[in-house]
Amino acid sequence: MAMTITEKILAAHAGKDNVSPGELVRVNVDLALANDITAPLAIEVFEGLGTGQVFDKEKIALVPDHFVPNKDMQSAQQVKLTREFAQRHGIRHFFELGQAGIEHVILPEKGLVVPGELVIGADSHTCTYGALGAFSTGVGSTDLGAIMATGMTWLKVPSSIRLIYEGVLPPWVGGKDLILHTLGLLGVSGAVYRALEFTGEVVGELSMSDRLTMANMAVEAGAKNGIFEPDGIAEEYMAGRSDRTGIFFKSDPDAVYEKEFRIRVDDMGPQVALPHSPDRVRPIDEIGTVPLDQVFLGSCTNGRLEDLRDAAVLLEGRRVAVGIRFIVIPGSPLIYREAIEEGIIQTFLDAGAVIGPPCCGPCLGGHMGILAEGERALSTSNRNFMGRMGHPGSEVYLASPVVAAASAVEGRIASPAEL
Amino acid sequence: MKIVGRAWCFGDHVDTDLIIPGRYLNVSDRDELAKHCFADLRPEFVRDLSPGDVVVAGVNFGCGSSREQAPLAMKAAGVGAVVAKGFARIFYRNAFNIGLPILESEEAAEQIGEGKRVSIDLSTGAIVETGNGTCFSARPIPDFMRAILKQGGLVNYLKSTGGRI
Ligand code: SF4
Repeated sequence: MAMTITEKILAAHAGKDNVSPGELVRVNVDLALANDITAPLAIEVFEGLGTGQVFDKEKIALVPDHFVPNKDMQSAQQVKLTREFAQRHGIRHFFELGQAGIEHVILPEKGLVVPGELVIGADSHTCTYGALGAFSTGVGSTDLGAIMATGMTWLKVPSSIRLIYEGVLPPWVGGKDLILHTLGLLGVSGAVYRALEFTGEVVGELSMSDRLTMANMAVEAGAKNGIFEPDGIAEEYMAGRSDRTGIFFKSDPDAVYEKEFRIRVDDMGPQVALPHSPDRVRPIDEIGTVPLDQVFLGSCTNGRLEDLRDAAVLLEGRRVAVGIRFIVIPGSPLIYREAIEEGIIQTFLDAGAVIGPPCCGPCLGGHMGILAEGERALSTSNRNFMGRMGHPGSEVYLASPVVAAASAVEGRIASPAEL
Repeated sequence: MKIVGRAWCFGDHVDTDLIIPGRYLNVSDRDELAKHCFADLRPEFVRDLSPGDVVVAGVNFGCGSSREQAPLAMKAAGVGAVVAKGFARIFYRNAFNIGLPILESEEAAEQIGEGKRVSIDLSTGAIVETGNGTCFSARPIPDFMRAILKQGGLVNYLKSTGGRI
């Protein structure tokens, strides 16, 4: 029976020869993930189940990243509870401040996910690892607590939507623009309960960083997972990160898709999502003059080295506009270090940016860059819901790192081509 | 099991940031979370809610983050059930897992007006607007999910099966 890559990975983890959309399957989980917001509740559930032992102390990752360095007493308690649980159970992948960055940045970086695996995380952006050809999806804390105890969960096999990107990417257009454009096309509920499969000639040329950005935002269309077929680029990325090679599943040529979209990229310009929804997407030259108060470069969507590098190229010899607060947050300590070594951090500082420690930062309106009433920000993150980055009367626009850099310089939303 | 209360109507794509904003996620205490349910969207919600009241919404309810604090805050605030045209998938799982009744019905979500009295029979999935007697039926749920709900959530379900999912 012909299957998509998503169906193949689910079948392999359900111990079946084949599965089809709509089927409920019990699957073995290769890695279970939680953060400082979701782990405490998951731990409560785990303890309520009374199994005593976690299913595998090598296969659980706990990453405090949302409110760290602890922003207040309550968040300090949450992290403490998580840390003590990790110590009690000998959980190997607990990441303390100094090693921890944003969960979805550090898991691939440290080789904790390889192609063909099944990863479940108590965070909606767990779908990021589809970039590596893994099946990964988000759940809530109760599901995660149960997985920590049993190593298993149930899933409904999603039908798949195939996105075929064709043509040649114009300058200043990358993974973020492709996914924003796609969200504009699908809408925020266009892929609910579905798998998004990213294919086509353009995809074969994309760096792992671009792919991680795209898979990351699959959930913004409501998708269960986003996935790329692992190829040479994935193999190269994995080299030196993990001693596991994984399984490079591919979709069968006659696999069945619920829908297909062909997307020509030749004439695409940088894309911007307008408040308050990630699917209100317009090409940058159609949005007019939008003055800004803050620009945020970071998050699990665009806080990787390539993102910082692309932005820094534009900032070289330039300064952030007067009245703009430009916040840069590297996604992991390793990225921070490499950015220092490459002179990227120096460029940001010279331009007038402030650099935050690796964490989620202002992405979810937690701390380090909250917006006041009436303020407007451009962010490289993934969500611009009402009140997402602070006051319900503030506004967030989403765009790529190069648009962020150009906008910081101009003090309004600007295309890099304008510099 | 019967749920009776007034309807609180919302639109499409109500995201989890609206149900419980990110800044309140530094605690896990249910009663604390409940205080901030719909804080930005409808500040009067928690104050005016009576236990058993029903949230009525459009498509893709609960989209966005995986935060289980969203259904927990609603349940702790006293919400009896959510009736929507459709739910985002993580929210759907979470609601079952923590035992917040949710029902899918296009017609009910379309026709039940703000403040109307609603009565819901969870065992049959019948949703009745008591004022005019209009009856709607919710989309059936998979047996498997029904079993989780019957046990009052995933934790009890797992205990009943000896840890088998
Ligand atoms: S960076 Fe933002 S979207 Fe990513 S995990 Fe952190 S809060 Fe969530």
